[in-house]
Amino acid sequence: MLFARAERRTLRAAGAFALCGVVAFVGAATAVLLGHAGEGGGAPLFDAYIRRVATFTLMQAVLSTALSVLLAIPVARALARQRTFPGRMWILRLSVVPLGLPALVAALGIVEIWGRQGVVNDLLRLAGLKNPVSVYGLAGILIAHVFFNLPLAVRFLVAALERIPPEYWLTSANLGMRGGAVFRLIEWPVIRRVLPGIAGLVLMLCAASFTIVLTLGGGPAATTIEVAIYQALRFDFDPARAVLLAFLQIVVTGALLALLSLFGRPPEEGATAGRAIRRFDGRQRRLADRLVILVFTLFTAAPLAATLVSGLAADFMRLALDPLLHRALLTSLAIAFASASLSLAVALPVVLVPQLLGAGDTGMGTRLMARALPAVGSLILLVPPVVMATGWFLMLRTFGETGRFAPAIVTVINALMALPFVIRVLEPAYRTHLARTARLALSLGVTGFDRFARIDWPALKKPFLTAFAFAMALSLGDLGAVAIFGAEGFVTLPWLLFSRMASYRTADAAGIALVLGVLCLLLTLPSTAADRSSESPSSDA
Amino acid sequence: MPETAILLSDVTVRFAEKRLAFDCAVPAGAAVAVAGPSGAGKSTLFNVIAGFETPRTGRVELLGKDMAGREPAERPVSVVFQDNNLFAHLSIADNVGLGIDPGLKLDSAARQSVFSALSRVGLGGYERRLPGSLSGGERQRVALARALVRRRPILLLDEPFAALDPAMRGEMADLLAELRAETKSTMLFITHQPEDIRRLADRAMFIEEGAIVLDEPVRDFLSRREPPGVAKFLGHSAI
Repeated sequence: MLFARAERRTLRAAGAFALCGVVAFVGAATAVLLGHAGEGGGAPLFDAYIRRVATFTLMQAVLSTALSVLLAIPVARALARQRTFPGRMWILRLSVVPLGLPALVAALGIVEIWGRQGVVNDLLRLAGLKNPVSVYGLAGILIAHVFFNLPLAVRFLVAALERIPPEYWLTSANLGMRGGAVFRLIEWPVIRRVLPGIAGLVLMLCAASFTIVLTLGGGPAATTIEVAIYQALRFDFDPARAVLLAFLQIVVTGALLALLSLFGRPPEEGATAGRAIRRFDGRQRRLADRLVILVFTLFTAAPLAATLVSGLAADFMRLALDPLLHRALLTSLAIAFASASLSLAVALPVVLVPQLLGAGDTGMGTRLMARALPAVGSLILLVPPVVMATGWFLMLRTFGETGRFAPAIVTVINALMALPFVIRVLEPAYRTHLARTARLALSLGVTGFDRFARIDWPALKKPFLTAFAFAMALSLGDLGAVAIFGAEGFVTLPWLLFSRMASYRTADAAGIALVLGVLCLLLTLPSTAADRSSESPSSDA
Repeated sequence: MPETAILLSDVTVRFAEKRLAFDCAVPAGAAVAVAGPSGAGKSTLFNVIAGFETPRTGRVELLGKDMAGREPAERPVSVVFQDNNLFAHLSIADNVGLGIDPGLKLDSAARQSVFSALSRVGLGGYERRLPGSLSGGERQRVALARALVRRRPILLLDEPFAALDPAMRGEMADLLAELRAETKSTMLFITHQPEDIRRLADRAMFIEEGAIVLDEPVRDFLSRREPPGVAKFLGHSAI
């Protein structure tokens, strides 16, 4: 028994409310898409264009995943092996940064480094190459996806390697295992266990990547389904094609999700054994490892540094006085705040209703809700933001009201986008907290609001704030839902940045990107910096 | 065979908040119990001998040879920990086989010695099983089988019985005594139980606050009433 009767009733009501709300919102969008699909009529459904777009979507996702995951293995091994070099902690923290960075800002930074005028091409030209790398097209998309997902994969792999019992390293040193044997007998078995989960996650993220492909993809040769939806709606105004593409996207993500549930458990970043890890195989490989770590650090840090440098060069005085920027900033902050609040409000019943089951509440309705609510939490993975926005756009268009409702729709979509992250942060924290305090609280009669204010909130403040900040950052950086609506008078920060980029006002764009990037990092970094699980090793007797 | 198996002279190790200093001479073939309060430096002593910890100063000699600059695997030492001695994803035979070749390239003679080592510790027929399916005591016996095939003259056991119940402790201690008689190896083991010392040791070391305060035959050690730390450890009231 974890809840008093009144609390159980409130939870059930909240659960039902959240369940119905989300299902209605997503269902309405899908229903509209279905309705439009009927109108399509005689047009040939799968023309060459759509086939090419679908193929490219899968191809770039598979390539991005393979590159991110394969490159992550040597980097993670090097980082796990070298435990004491100066700056190790900062490199581990750096690998959290891309996760909190809006895709649009990252894309800009990547163009600064890898673009025609970038450092990489300068170096290649110095080396005598005639046709340096072009950042637009497949190459750029891959670079950007690796920029986001390589650090993610590295972090998961380092965490997995650090969960290896410290005695293993002592034993392997005592037995005299060489590098090859250490990899084959100790590291690879661990890596193999977590790799499918990591690869699945990265594959999902890349298959539904919108902003990166929109900014770095070029023409029909490098377009994914999501971007094709946007183009069908915004440029060709061909709703039938948009609907068809939307369904294609649902089929693709659905198939990937099914694949994912077959192979990979989602990776965890769980705590290490908490004992000092000491590696004796680091000495011989110090040089090679440091080189690998250096290259990884440069690759991850360079676009960030470029964003900073070119952003600081912008004319901030003029930008600061630009009323459009003020409005975009306020709009974005308001939407981010509202969507983060909504996300948390939906996440709470998703996290708590399943806890009712263990508490002896085995009513039919509760059991059903406990099953359905976690699925609701990840509905956004099946129906991506751009697809959902397309459904609502088509619905509201029939009333001629796309502009007025755009902020509300974007808020809800952003809240749903953040839901999987929010649940991932809150669920384990709440579960352990309940196991620790629920019985005591009940026996003392501290229930309802008192319980929340005096027992739950003080203990769960940190995960709540982390989840809220993360949800806000995600919404602040989102371009997908806004782009579909893109109504006059409804300007968010990413949208403003996007239109500045499109009109080649690069100095302004760099300044706005800096503002947006700093804003998002301020929100996401404090919570990750406090996580010291994999940082400095300590020696003890 | 030199008469002194382990010789530490003026060895010091420094951590952020403490400094440890070891001086001792362990005769070859001895079975030495190492006792003392937690955090006193027992494991650090083992780490210095095994080469997991590099001392700041002093000299470590094993079987008459200076160990400076020698990797853990190049020392005449096998180590058994309290737990996690076995790689959980490798079979019992592979875990023992690592003691013969750390890259697991085993010929049929090597395989044969893995089998006989396992049956020596009473685990014949367990070759294909995974460590997870064994009891804690059985896992420790596998670790002993590995030490057996490695044939290193010095065996360090870091609380080898701590995770075992009393009946298993007895069995393990008997097995260790037998193996020691057969292999003539020098053995150091960390323990918190006076019972283990009585059963297995012929010398005892007591470590307190980073220094070896006692190192004497077990008979003398067991009858001590002071210093207070030792009296407390032995369960004598210190009057």
